[in-house]
Amino acid sequence: MSASVKLEYVSYIGNVLLALITGLAIGAIIISWGGYDPISAYRGLFETSLNIADPYYLAMTLSYATPLMLTAATFAISARAGVFNIGAEGQVFMGALGAVVVASLKLPDQLYLPMALLLGILMGALWGLIAGLFKVLRNVNEVVVTIMLNWIAYWIVEYARIYVYYDRYRPEKTISMPRSGVLPVLVPGSELSASFIIALIVTIIIYLVLWRTRLGYSIRVVGIGLKTAKYAGINPGLTMLYVFIIGGMISGLAGALEICGRPPTYAITTGASNIAGLGFAGISVSLLGLNHPIFIIPASIIIGALNAGSRGMQIRAGVPLEMVKAVQGLIVIALAVPGFTYMLRKWRIRKALRGETGD
Amino acid sequence: MKPVIEFELILSIIIQSTWAMTPILLATLGEIFTERSGVVNIGLEGIMLLSAFIAVVVADKTVNPWMGVLAAVFMGAFIGAIHAFITVYLKGNHIISGIGINMFATGFVAYGIEVVWGVRGYYTPKYEAKVPRIPGLAVSPLFLISLVLVILFYLIIYKTDYGLRVRACGENPEAADVVGIPVEKTQFIATVIGAMLTGLAGAVLSIDWLAAITKELPAGRGFIALALVNFANWNPIYALGGSFLFGSLWTLTEYLKNVEAAKALIPLPLMNTIPYIATLLVVAGLIGRSRPPLYVGVPYQREQA
Repeated sequence: MSASVKLEYVSYIGNVLLALITGLAIGAIIISWGGYDPISAYRGLFETSLNIADPYYLAMTLSYATPLMLTAATFAISARAGVFNIGAEGQVFMGALGAVVVASLKLPDQLYLPMALLLGILMGALWGLIAGLFKVLRNVNEVVVTIMLNWIAYWIVEYARIYVYYDRYRPEKTISMPRSGVLPVLVPGSELSASFIIALIVTIIIYLVLWRTRLGYSIRVVGIGLKTAKYAGINPGLTMLYVFIIGGMISGLAGALEICGRPPTYAITTGASNIAGLGFAGISVSLLGLNHPIFIIPASIIIGALNAGSRGMQIRAGVPLEMVKAVQGLIVIALAVPGFTYMLRKWRIRKALRGETGD
Repeated sequence: MKPVIEFELILSIIIQSTWAMTPILLATLGEIFTERSGVVNIGLEGIMLLSAFIAVVVADKTVNPWMGVLAAVFMGAFIGAIHAFITVYLKGNHIISGIGINMFATGFVAYGIEVVWGVRGYYTPKYEAKVPRIPGLAVSPLFLISLVLVILFYLIIYKTDYGLRVRACGENPEAADVVGIPVEKTQFIATVIGAMLTGLAGAVLSIDWLAAITKELPAGRGFIALALVNFANWNPIYALGGSFLFGSLWTLTEYLKNVEAAKALIPLPLMNTIPYIATLLVVAGLIGRSRPPLYVGVPYQREQA
């Protein structure tokens, strides 16, 4: 029994490693196609991200891992209920907008941070709730709904950035969070702030919710099957709605933390460029972490390292930093293949048929 | 107000709509065929983008738009084959593979634009690389081709043995297998053909209608097509109506952007949300009426003897 569980884990880890290697290997081919040297590109990438000798680069990697941990948790909790909430992108936008709205208000100093996080969470939750209502009440494909909401959120943020909350002196960004509402920086000079610790705590809370509460149990049963859930006396619609709302809250928090916890701008920049892509990168983190909140933490550091090192790769080897996104896509495609697990299971069946193992 | 001008305006909106609807129609048509066989491909957006990119690269280098169109269709087939290989033969997850394709496409095209033309984010092909309009008509030849394809795919799906076999794989793969239909092969081919149409849609975007390439060129059209598949109840003829609806909506939005009164009412960035809100309302209003192929998105696994 325990041996088979162990084998299962080994095969999962094999899958993940295989996906990472596939992604980086095909990435290397794409780098050479572009006329760059893949070895110096990857050296540049990892020396400026997972460089043990330099705390600055490690801190940057962790700072890039921070929002991904949360957006990954959004995807993971939905995947556990058997739905694909790919709306973290839009929920991050709404969360960041919520924080910017609070930054624009005249408030007592100590209120900025809690209010910004609160409004960010609420606006993210609202965006998740809308998606959830479409899914639950009208049974609309959640992939379509969340992508549409992502685009709507993007244009709302653009509107707010250009027309309402623009910085009078620096038009390329919105109003910044006042100094009193900013989270402390953990490693001086880097972008790593206390938001990393908040993200860690939230991710662990999501783990506890999934495995230690009634709601988490319902979520996992709904994920097994709608009929199963009904027989177990669980309302699948309501459970899914909770999944979308909680997911929206987490990603809304991720957006607000980007405003309160990422130096030096503490604002949304032109084209929402500083908060774009976090939701989608979170999907690769979640899949890499087997949609398990605890495994998401190391997975977010892997993808965070890719993102953090992309600048170093561009500076040192000249490779355009978007390459890293292509590699992430390749990793996700590779993770869709159950190949390794599948082959292992087949091998075990064959072995069992020959009578060599008795499980 | 002279009524003559009104008529001309309506005519110009209709003609503009034929441009705006073509990419959505082609992608919808392709996905209808793919889903009829039982495979879901949510990578439409990514396939469109990659095909749009390769179309500009080839058309610009050869100064021949038709080579660009051909390259786009090939790119569609290539990505479709990868998706089909993963989902049909390796029994991978249809949705995750599609998400991966979309992510890869945004990263790769942003990278590719910089590698090929040395510019960041945006490239406009040469004038000679654009698909010429039909002489005497203001519409694109690719629009007419897409109309022909609607009829062709309607006939294939409903009136041919092959279409029946494709539908059998989506409705009941086990039964299809029992009567001797090669389920995996049929699904593979249907996915590749569907992705070829989506590739053509990419060429319409980059070297025909919009004549530009950016990493956000499809702007959600792949997902709108996905919604339209549902709206059209997996029927090519309804897809035509649905795409025209969205094409004219998109055109109307662009038209409103130039009307002062409308701009005063809704600021420009918010006007861009109209097609997406409309998609949400349309899919929410019409679902329940349509029925997907029973085994769509479920990897078919032969029972082990």
